[in-house]
Amino acid sequence: MNISRRHLMVLLPAAAVAWKYVLAGTPEDAPNYQMSEHWWGMLIDIPKCIGCGNCVRACQTENDVPDGFFRTWVERYHRTDYHLENPEVISPDGGKEGFPVVSGGAAGDYFFVPKMCNHCADSPCTQVCPVGATFISPDGVVLVDQKYCLGCAYCVQACPYGCRYIHPTKKVADKCTLCYHRITKGLTTACCEACPTGARQLADLKNPNDPIHEFLRTHTVQVLKPQMATGAKAFYNGLDGSVR
Amino acid sequence: MSGLKDAGHLFRFAGLFVLAFLVFLVVRAYVVPKSFGEYGHYRGASIGEIAARPVRFAGHQTCETCHTDIADTKTKGKHAHVNCEACHGALAQHADDPTSLTPVKPDTLVLCARCHTASAAKPKGFPQVDPADHMGGVPCETCHNPHSPAMGSDSSTSAATGGAK
Repeated sequence: MNISRRHLMVLLPAAAVAWKYVLAGTPEDAPNYQMSEHWWGMLIDIPKCIGCGNCVRACQTENDVPDGFFRTWVERYHRTDYHLENPEVISPDGGKEGFPVVSGGAAGDYFFVPKMCNHCADSPCTQVCPVGATFISPDGVVLVDQKYCLGCAYCVQACPYGCRYIHPTKKVADKCTLCYHRITKGLTTACCEACPTGARQLADLKNPNDPIHEFLRTHTVQVLKPQMATGAKAFYNGLDGSVR
Repeated sequence: MSGLKDAGHLFRFAGLFVLAFLVFLVVRAYVVPKSFGEYGHYRGASIGEIAARPVRFAGHQTCETCHTDIADTKTKGKHAHVNCEACHGALAQHADDPTSLTPVKPDTLVLCARCHTASAAKPKGFPQVDPADHMGGVPCETCHNPHSPAMGSDSSTSAATGGAK
């Protein structure tokens, strides 16, 4: 093969870029994923949620979540005329197998609220970790380094949304990773993949073509506990004031 | 320099401090992982470890590369935006090697009821039926094609085979 000096000058920088992936492992496994180009969040459309529990089951399958623990769960709120301030909330087994049927003509109104890690930009849970085992990644996902975690559970207490738990056998902190192993491969999260009504949508806030921007502009969207200034990135459409 | 005549013990002590500091530096260099502090106060390599976990849900784009007939049926119907694995379960193993795992056909009496059982708690616009009243134990796919559930919407394919020709 004859390569002119000019061609070599063109090829060398390309080879230098490729070498990084050669060093990182096999080329097939080296993804074209750049952390600096993403800032992940989640859009949750409450009026679309039917409380089927598909997301909870999918999360458990995808991430080996132990029984009785939840990285995501669904709550059903019941507001009656007299108890707007104190709604009745149920979440039987995290809503994994759905919810008890309500017959027609029942007083008040009902709605479902899927809950998960809000992947806060200014997260309380990462601030309290004494060993640097939990952190927000450069692409905006709050993760746990389970090899570094001591299992002190300080972060479990710090999370205002109750999204963390201590894994019963690993004895380290565990939580939603926003399916980091999927989104870095160009897939959506397991819960979004399994949601039949599109109530959950993965959002890349750094991608100007992501439909999230249009949605945020045209809808009344709120985050949970905004007064805590956590920079939560789970955006709820149609969030009722009674949701805690 | 006469003032330092009796200060030998102080220099020995200072020497001990310097030695201890050097030992600390050596131990720290040995104990702290190389990637710690790469992006922040954490082990940078852990990001790659988390990203390397296996995928269980293949994603509907993967399913549609082979099952084009079902994908075509689905895009015309009400279930166009219901992803394959929302009903069929996680099938990345099947996508990697179709012979290794044959998906079990879901029981429509259980599956459909999960979403479509009538409840006043569900959003009003969502199609809901009372299972006992609606079909009384007859499997849903007898009348509805699960991939395109509106009746009579897809007469060219048999409802019982789920739209597969």
